[in-house]
Parts: sequence; C-alpha cells; structure tokens
Amino acid sequence: MNARTRFAIAVVVLGLLMTGPFVLTAILVWLSAGPNEQQLLAQLIGPRLPLGTLMTVMGFAIGVAVVRNLFRQYVKGLLRMAEQQHLMLGANRGFRIEEKGPPEVRALARTANALAQQRDELLQDVEAQIARAKRSVEEEKNRLAALMAELTQSVVVCNLDGRILLYNSRARQQFRAMSDAPQVAGGGELIGLGRSIYAVFDRNLIAHALETIQHRLRRGGGQAVANFVTTGGAGQLLRVQMSPVLAGSAGDTGGGGVAGDEVERTMTGFILMLDNITRNFENESRRDQMLHTLTEGNRAALANVRAAAEMLEFPDLDEELRKRFRGVIRDEVQAMSERLDATATEFADALKARWPLEEMLGTDLVAAAQRRIEARLKVPTKLEEIDETLWVKVDSFSLLQALLYLASRLSDEFEVREVRFRLSGAGRLVHLDLIWSGQAMSTETVMSWELEAMSFAGESSPLSVRDVIERHGGEMWLEREKVRHRAFFRIVLPAANPQEQLDPSLFKKVEGRPEYYDFDLFKWSEKSRALDDRLLTELTYTVFDTETTGLNPSQGDEIIQIGATRVVNGKLLRQESFEQLVDPRRRLTPESIPIHGIQPEMLVGQPTIDKVLPAFHAFAADTVLIAHNAAFDMRFLQLKEKQTGLVFDQPVLDTLLLSAVLHPNQESHRLDAIAERLNLTIVGRHTALGDAIVTAEVFIKMIPLLAEKGIRTLREAREAAEKSYYARIKY
Amino acid sequence: MASKILIADDEQNIVISLEFLMKREGFDVSIAQDGQEAVEKIRAEKPDLVLLDVMMPKKSGFEVCQEVKADPALQSVRILMLTAKGRDTEVAKGLALGADAYMTKPFSTRELVERVRSMLAEG
Repeated sequence: MNARTRFAIAVVVLGLLMTGPFVLTAILVWLSAGPNEQQLLAQLIGPRLPLGTLMTVMGFAIGVAVVRNLFRQYVKGLLRMAEQQHLMLGANRGFRIEEKGPPEVRALARTANALAQQRDELLQDVEAQIARAKRSVEEEKNRLAALMAELTQSVVVCNLDGRILLYNSRARQQFRAMSDAPQVAGGGELIGLGRSIYAVFDRNLIAHALETIQHRLRRGGGQAVANFVTTGGAGQLLRVQMSPVLAGSAGDTGGGGVAGDEVERTMTGFILMLDNITRNFENESRRDQMLHTLTEGNRAALANVRAAAEMLEFPDLDEELRKRFRGVIRDEVQAMSERLDATATEFADALKARWPLEEMLGTDLVAAAQRRIEARLKVPTKLEEIDETLWVKVDSFSLLQALLYLASRLSDEFEVREVRFRLSGAGRLVHLDLIWSGQAMSTETVMSWELEAMSFAGESSPLSVRDVIERHGGEMWLEREKVRHRAFFRIVLPAANPQEQLDPSLFKKVEGRPEYYDFDLFKWSEKSRALDDRLLTELTYTVFDTETTGLNPSQGDEIIQIGATRVVNGKLLRQESFEQLVDPRRRLTPESIPIHGIQPEMLVGQPTIDKVLPAFHAFAADTVLIAHNAAFDMRFLQLKEKQTGLVFDQPVLDTLLLSAVLHPNQESHRLDAIAERLNLTIVGRHTALGDAIVTAEVFIKMIPLLAEKGIRTLREAREAAEKSYYARIKY
Repeated sequence: MASKILIADDEQNIVISLEFLMKREGFDVSIAQDGQEAVEKIRAEKPDLVLLDVMMPKKSGFEVCQEVKADPALQSVRILMLTAKGRDTEVAKGLALGADAYMTKPFSTRELVERVRSMLAEG
C-alpha cells in the first residue's frame, strides 16, 4: 500500500469519525422518540442544520489539514530520509541527511548521520590499515629482491611445477654461462619468471630431490634439504642445494609454537642454491694429481734407489756390480729431482696457501694503503711506477694492516717523513715496494719488525708481518738503493688473472627495481586448465617485433632484427628481453634504412637466422606470442620453418586486431595511435625491442578493457580478434 | 735343490738389485720384462715363487696373478706382489686376487729376503 492510498484512507476515516457519532446519535434519538417528539425535534433542529453542517465541514477541513501535515512531516519525511540513507549506503558515501521536520524526525536524522560518520571513519581506518599492510608487504618484497640481487650465491625459487618465480642476478649470470647460445639469448632462454626449471635440470633429478625432502619433512626434525651435483650445459659442474618453501599454516600465527609445529606443513615450492664448482673441481683434481705425482710417482724410484743402496752394503760385491748400483742410484735420484722440480712448477698455484684470498686490482690496493697511511699516520705518500694492469690475490685487510704497521715503524723509529709505492709485475708474481729516503736499518731490525705482532696507532693484531706474508704465499725483503740514498721493502705477492669486468649492459638494462620475482606464480597450477581457457591475466607472453629488409618475405625479404620481451602475470619484465641483429645475407635497400635505422655495417659479423631462430624459439617456448600486426611477423617466421625445422605453433595474439575489437570505430590502429589512445608515453620506438616493449605495454593496458567487453580468456580473445575486420587482411 | 724364483718387473733398475739379492741367497733366478712374458715363464718354468710387480706393460700384475691362481697346474706357485701404489684398497685387491703376500715400494731388501724365505718354508 503506497503512501497516497494510506492518506486517502486516513481522510475517509477522519470524515467517518467526525460525522459518524452524530449521525448515529441522531438516528437512535429519532427512532426512540414518539411521533410528537420527532416533529418537535425536526422543528428544533431543522433550521439549525446548516450551522451544524458548516461546523462539521470546518472541523473536517481542519482535521484533514492536520492529518496532511502529519503525513507530510512523518511519513513523507521518513520516506525521503530512507532514500537519502540509501544514497549514503552506496552511491555517495559522503552524503549527509538534511535535518528538517519535527524534532523526532530531526533526532532520527542526527543519529543516522552519526552512524554514517562512524562507518566512514571505520572504513577509512580499515583502508589505511590495508594500505599500510600492502606497503609493508611491498617493502619486504623489495628488500628481499634487493637482498637476493646482492647475494654472491645463485638463488632460484620455483613452484612445485618447476616454474621459476624468483631468481637473482647471480643466477642469471650463471645460466648465461650454461647457455648453448650465450651470445644470442644471453641465457634468457633458460632463466626467466614463469619459465620451467626443467629446461636446465633433468626432471627426474628434481623429482628425486623433492621426494627426498618430502621424506625428511614427514620424518620431521633436522633440516629438510637435498643436495645434488649435476652437469649443466657447456660442461659446467653445478652443486645444487634444494630446500623447501613451506606454506605458512594459518593456525600457527597466534597459537604459539607448539601448536604450529604439530600442523603438518605442505610444500608449495622449492629454493635452489647453485654453486658452480667446475673451477673448484678442477683445482681439487689438480691438487690430487700433484699429491699423486709426489707420492705414488716416487715410490718406484725410491724402491730402486733403496734396493741399490742396500746392495752396495754387501762386502762381496764385485767392482762391476758396484758401479752398476751406483749408476742406478745416481740416475734415479737425478730423475726424481727433475720430477720434483717439474711438479713444483706445474702445481705452483695449487701449492699456495688455502687462506681465502680475493682477487683485486693492484692499483686499488695501493690507493687503499695510501689513504690509510695518510689518514692514520699523517705521513704523506706518493706513487712511483705503477702498472695499472696488475691484479693481485690478497687478503686485503691483513695486508693493509702490515703496510700500515711497517710505515708506522718507519715514521716512529726512523723519522721517515714520506713513503712511496711502486707496483710492478714479474711473471706470475707482483712486486709491491714500500720506498723511503734515508738510512736503511740493519737486517736484525727488519727481522724483529717482521716477527713481532703488529701494533700501531692504537690498533693491534695477533699476526706478525711474516704471518701475513706467509698467508699470501709471498715473500718480503729489504733492498737498498745506495745511489739514490733510499731503501725499500719489497713484498712479493701472487698475481691473479685479470678479472673479466662485469658486463655493464647487464646492469644498464635494469632501470629501477628489477622484476626478478613474482610470488603470484605460486598460485599457478599448470595441469588444471588448458591454455585456451586460461585467463589473459595469468598467461605468460612473449611480445616480439621484427625488423626486416622489406615487406615481402615470399620475395626474399629477410629478418634483420628480432626484439622480444616477456609479460608474466600482467607485468612487463623489461630485463628479460631478447634483442639480436641478424645477418640477412642480402643487401639492405637504401629506402628501408630510414625505417629500421639499421646500417649495413651493423649487420657484419652478426649471426645468421638459422643461429638466431633456435635461441628465439627457446626464449618463446611455453608462452603465448604477441605482436602488433602479428600476421606479418609470423609469416617471416613460418617461411623459415622448413629451413630450421622450428615451428612456432603456440597461440598468437595480435594487438592490432585486439585494438579493432576494443575500438571498432577508430580510424587508426597503428601502434603509435593505440599507445596514444591508451595514454602511454613512447620511448625508443623503431628498434625491434623498443617496439616490442611498446606492444607489451599496450597489451597490458588492453587486458582490463577487454574484460569490460566480456573477453577474459585466451580463447575469447582469439575468437573476438578473428571476427574483427582487420583479420581479413592477408599477407 | 735350490728354489726357483721369477722376477717380473719392467724396471731394469730394480731388477738388477733383486736379481743380485736372490742369487746371493742361492736361488735359481729368471727374469720377465712384462706381464705376458711373466705368464709364459711361470707356465714353462713353474717357479716356486714370483716377485710380481703390479705396473707392467701388456699385462698388469693383477692379471698375471689371477691367471696363475686360476690354473690348477700352478697351485704351488707362490706370489709376492710388489707395488708402487700404497693405497689399502690396492693391497686388498691384490690379496683378494690370490697374491700370497704384498710389499709396498720402497721396501727394505732385508725384509724382502726374510719374507721370501718364510714363504718358501711354508710352501
């Protein structure tokens, strides 16, 4: 019953209430009266009836006015308030009810407003808390990523399907060394978020290690880890430690340790720590070999010498035999000496002390020594000839202590006012000279300096200079330069091979925070759904672009550059990119050069397509391909199928077609136009990688827009694209 | 009758000493330069004892030892293995393959003579 009907009923009831009792009383009086009385009543009331009616009508009018007023203020007012409250509930949270009408209604409005206020505050509080929690989670993730990036050990985290969800830059370098095509793909085809670890390690090996861990977990106690050694690509020897990633069980956050331990924890993934032990292993086997040569290798010779020597003791030896036995001894001992020399030279490196020495640029060591001596001893320093190419193998802390100690004694006891450094190479050794002018001390003094525990400038060490020098497998002595009135300590240190400078391009590409992790991958389960029914948001994509000599692959135009990047879980992974120039084995036409910006000389010495495609194929394995105007690029790839035997048979999405699906009425679906439409700023276009990155960004922006149109899965996207107008153009 | 001893070693410098030593003890000495020759001479001469070096060309001492012990006709031949390998595992292998005794180079010639004498006495 709506308000209007109720109002009508109220008015009728009011009318009845006002007239009913009178009419009823009049009828009853009329009926109970006799005929005379009735006549009397008629005479009495008749002329005054209009007045009564008038009074009744007036009363009724006042009554209706009162009811209407009440109705307006209470019923209509409350209805309006209800509507306003509804507004506050949803559409406009900031809205507040106007306080008007009678006091009771106003009080109700006030209370409702107060409740709304309270709700808003609570909501804001909750939002703030969520934001705070999110921020701290993000911070923790970033800290973890930063930490991982700094680790000198390779770390890779995978989910149970073997998909990589975190790795650090060290692991990337290591995989690069294991790649079969290091120049082309840079190991990027082996390591990357969402990639399968089984591309690197034997599936059975991982399965076995997982089984071992699960067994240990069930048995409880101790650390559940598994170790194995395996050979990677390119003959590398890797020692791998696997530890489980356990699901945090919900109960153990508040329940205390005991309850938490009892809950059986399930494994959601695993951590691999990789150690390339190829070099250690070589060192170890060289050491073994040396020990072997020195022991077993000499047994036979010693036996010969000993037997011959013992024979010589017999008195009944004739001169001829005596001569022969002496000959045996002489020859064998000589041969042994030669063998010993040869071994000592060959294994000189292996013989060196096992103290952990680090490789360091010689000039860095000298610079550090200068800084320390000037700061701590206030003794000025200078440089003489310094060979800047030299690397040394040192324990820099103790060696700097020794240099500082020597300088401090020179300054204290011989009033030396300046020291100089000289650094020169001598074969496998490096000479580090600490030079001063003035008198040289006696050999005994040098001995005592060498053998006393070092203490200087408030610092003391249990080590002596001799200990430090021995730790380096080095030597030290005092030399005099009489003519120049100078003397110097010469410290001989083992040289190190110049280290490969880290490839700066590896770092250049990573701007800002590297995306080396994606914990959302934990939620993946591969077996659950076929690719086609997977959501666009949870697929892994290889977004690529090619530059070509021309537009007609069937008439001999060739690829000259491939650029690709990866999108995993809706995130662009810039540093997991692929960029390679390709020698097309044909001349570039001058008119094409402004388009791709690749000069003919840039292609000299680049690999040919049959070298590059396998690497790209591996890079794109297990992903959905995306390109702008994909049909064009795919045509080039497909024409190579016969030649290389590589088929790119994964699903393909085309951002051009998807754009046509989203905005069918727009004129242009060029990449620039789409990027502008989607509010993307474009940098570095018209290189294959630059275009691939723009295409990837465009695609990421498109995913939510497609979802608004009900296109959520790969199948839906493909079907929608196929229906769009542009799909009909053929190459 | 003097006991017959075969010295099987490819190293001339030890053979000189061993030959002198054994002859001086009054044994009847013959010499083999490699594993193959050792087997042939053992079959032909049936020596009472063989001083057998492990590291020899053509056939190793282990192989020779195995062949001799597998031949029932050669049961009486004692084998004393001489080796430049000092590892316990190799000693164990030699004894397992049937060597009667084992000496590691370098050895004392006096001990060698004593060992040879005692082995011949046992036989």
